[in-house]
Amino acid sequence: MKHMTRKATRHVNQNEGLIFEKSSAGKGAWKLPPLDVPEVDTKKLLGSSERKDLGNMPEVSEIEIIRHFTRLSTWNYAIDLGMYPLGSCTMKYNPRVNEHVARVEGLADGHPYQPEKVSQGALRILQTLSECLIDITGMDAITLQPAAGAHGEMTGLLMVRAYHQSKGNARKKILIPDSAHGTNPATAAMVNYAVENLKSDARGMVDVAALESQMNEDVAALMLTNPNTLGVFEQQIHKIADILHAKGGLLYMDGANMNALVGKVRPGDFGVDVMHLNLHKTFSTPHGGGGPGSGPVAIKKSLEPFLPTPVVIAKPDGTLGFEYNRPKSVGRVRAFYGNFGMFVRALAYIMANGPDGLRQTTEDAVLNANYMRKGLEATYDLPYSTPTMHEVVFSDKLQAKNGVRTMDIAKRLIDYGFHPYTTAFPLIVPGAMMIEPTESESKEEMDLFIEAMTSIAEEVQEDPQLVLDAPHSTRVSRLDETAAARKPVLRWKPGN
Amino acid sequence: MRYLPKSPADREAMLKAIGLRSLDELFAPIPAEYRLSRDLKVPRQMAESEIVEWFKERSRENGEGYTSFLGAGAYFHYRPVVIDSLISRGEFLTAYTPYQAEISQGTLQSIFEFQTMICELTGMEVANASMYDGSTAAAEAVMMAVRLTGRRSVVVARSLHPEYREVLTTYATHQGMPLAVVGFGDDGRVNLEELAKAVSGETACLLIQSPNFFGTIEDADAIAEIAHKNGAMLVVSIAEALSLGIVEPPRHADVIAMEAQSFGVPVAFGGPYCGVIATREKFVRQMPGRLVGQTTDKQGKRGFVLTLATREQHIRREKATSNICTNQALVALMVNIFMTIYGKAGLRELAKQNLAKTAYAAEQFGKQGKLLFTGAPRFNEFVVATSEDPYAINSRLLGHKTVGGLPLKKFFPELGNAALWCCTEMTTRTAIDTAVGLVAESESSVRSLKREADVEEVAR
Repeated sequence: MKHMTRKATRHVNQNEGLIFEKSSAGKGAWKLPPLDVPEVDTKKLLGSSERKDLGNMPEVSEIEIIRHFTRLSTWNYAIDLGMYPLGSCTMKYNPRVNEHVARVEGLADGHPYQPEKVSQGALRILQTLSECLIDITGMDAITLQPAAGAHGEMTGLLMVRAYHQSKGNARKKILIPDSAHGTNPATAAMVNYAVENLKSDARGMVDVAALESQMNEDVAALMLTNPNTLGVFEQQIHKIADILHAKGGLLYMDGANMNALVGKVRPGDFGVDVMHLNLHKTFSTPHGGGGPGSGPVAIKKSLEPFLPTPVVIAKPDGTLGFEYNRPKSVGRVRAFYGNFGMFVRALAYIMANGPDGLRQTTEDAVLNANYMRKGLEATYDLPYSTPTMHEVVFSDKLQAKNGVRTMDIAKRLIDYGFHPYTTAFPLIVPGAMMIEPTESESKEEMDLFIEAMTSIAEEVQEDPQLVLDAPHSTRVSRLDETAAARKPVLRWKPGN
Repeated sequence: MRYLPKSPADREAMLKAIGLRSLDELFAPIPAEYRLSRDLKVPRQMAESEIVEWFKERSRENGEGYTSFLGAGAYFHYRPVVIDSLISRGEFLTAYTPYQAEISQGTLQSIFEFQTMICELTGMEVANASMYDGSTAAAEAVMMAVRLTGRRSVVVARSLHPEYREVLTTYATHQGMPLAVVGFGDDGRVNLEELAKAVSGETACLLIQSPNFFGTIEDADAIAEIAHKNGAMLVVSIAEALSLGIVEPPRHADVIAMEAQSFGVPVAFGGPYCGVIATREKFVRQMPGRLVGQTTDKQGKRGFVLTLATREQHIRREKATSNICTNQALVALMVNIFMTIYGKAGLRELAKQNLAKTAYAAEQFGKQGKLLFTGAPRFNEFVVATSEDPYAINSRLLGHKTVGGLPLKKFFPELGNAALWCCTEMTTRTAIDTAVGLVAESESSVRSLKREADVEEVAR
């Protein structure tokens, strides 16, 4: 624990019950203006559809609400507090100007069905962001409609299916590397494709020989994350694309790790046919405790007829509008146009960076991951020595000898003032410890993290139980997840 | 670049530690022929003040300051200041999905409260942590019913939001799920006779919306009976969450797929919003999306965790109930805070104001145009048919900085010159009277044109 005081100090935080436990009849935090139209007889208007009772909805005052949620907030870790090195999650700084511009009146209050004549501002944002993302990815066209990465995957695979269908055969399966994120196979299933696993080679990349033997006319596409979940760039990427294309298949790229590439290399230039982006990773929109995200899908020309409706077009008179009449479209994947508020934020991020800032961001992200690797490779097992891009994956092999696993080390990191790294993923690394610092971390913060990890490794040698029982500094200790799943309590009820 | 916390000296020191001479060497693993040798074609690096000005300019091109009568799945309700003040706290805004429970209790407890309030309002037993929006929630709820019943056919009400139906069609097409659409009657509600004929022993579920796209409240109990008699499930979509303040929830539904945007979420040109699925406890293992459950820590202290994860993609991969991962957590927090502010009494009073404004507007519009679907109760939307094309009336209304009701011919050509109008607590009597005045002018000019044509006819 010798370094603990450098990063974090324990301090008091407030206890707080559930909001329902503070509620009592007659309290309230609202006031309506006087009605400027006649009062109505609800019984007469609604008859038997009238609701009389709202059950156990809370009744509390405004100060109680402020304290309630402020107290809850202090129980969370956040990027605003320190490094959040979750591999493949790209927890970078969320600029505040993004939040500010998303709340500008005409944008926050724009209705999706207001006439195009008074929607030119929103349409211009859609168009500008689209153009930026198309150049960043090196693709030909884009849809911003998907609400998150997994939703983008579904949209992308629907277009893959429609493309093959237009050639007379939708094909049967999707190839997915064993290092892939769980959403990839789950998405393939939602689009009614079978999943076939593709193994990785000794360097953690796609086994090209295996791909060659598994590729045939039944394969619709390969879903590839590049750099992959080991933080490794697929050096044979063009060979991979060629193998797929030779048999009429398509290359789908999961853009979860695009933070390693922006401004340095473009997927469209290395053979990718369709890919999604995560605006909540690469383009700095906040994770907000699990969402909202946004998962635009960029495609090559050959897939353009299949884009979801509507698409933004420039009209002959120079104004912008939506085009709905696209007979080959896969259809809509979401009502309206997608998570518009996230587009505003992502575009503000791109503008704050410019081409030079985006490139420097990528360079710093890769620099940080390599610095991390250098700082920890003497202490933790590095299962793949292939060059690292934006994230690095260690394993708990050395610490497991003392009975300490990746999750235990992760929990101990909490006591040192850090959020844990991603544990037990990718699946091809037993006891994986997946670290992505992002560009947002200073050298000082990186050094503190390396110190913390080094100190924990020493603790594993000297006092493994200390690590096994971690965290010691949080308001709750490790929670009983088994009991939670066995007898689920998914809501509050009076008296419990 | 102002977001990057490194000096040139820091970069140099770090490179030296790694044993490299230049940043470019970091990218050596990427074959040289793919590396980009030019600047990206994106706007140049801008100052914060320039960014703010650029977006304000877009705002002015976007109907800033207009009064609107649009609803149709996106509703203007007052957003108490407290909401943005609280969700702007970095500990909520910049936290990840609460997988590490010990340092995520704030997010987890707030989701647990959200799930509870959604259950209270919908009359269901369990609710998830959120879905992308109302349209995808409806599609996923239908797929859930398909898994639960082992049947594949789906019957959809034509009075469902047309874009929700389009989304469902996209989801269903490749799953080989046949969709049958059932029309609406003169009261704007599902035609029960047609419905009874459409449902069979193959039907997995019925999907209706209530209040439906026209604002009228469906007879969900009668529809539930038809569904259950055939062993099918009833999925009810609720796009206007505030209706639950004064309209009975569909207590005999099996799944409710909701859009909670009305509860404190900006209209924001269509998103981000907050979908939710609520259902019976016995169906929970087929539910998509994240769930928070209560448990205890090693000292027996109450705490919350993400639970029943064996339904989800990161555990079950291709066997998961859905591919959903990221959801709408921060928006669900807005919804949660809104529900807490208004609470038991406020939601009812707020809903009642919506009812009153709408009743007044419908009556006034009905004196000029023709009010459709009058035979059923409604919440805060109504349909008015005019003699003139509603696009023409709306374009004159824009001159009064007012956005008129949604012309329906794009979605429902059979309704001709009808438009869907929405009034909430934000709609003033003055705005209503202005809009009604323009409809009155339109009707009287059509009448006088018609009279002139009649006179000409007689003269000839």
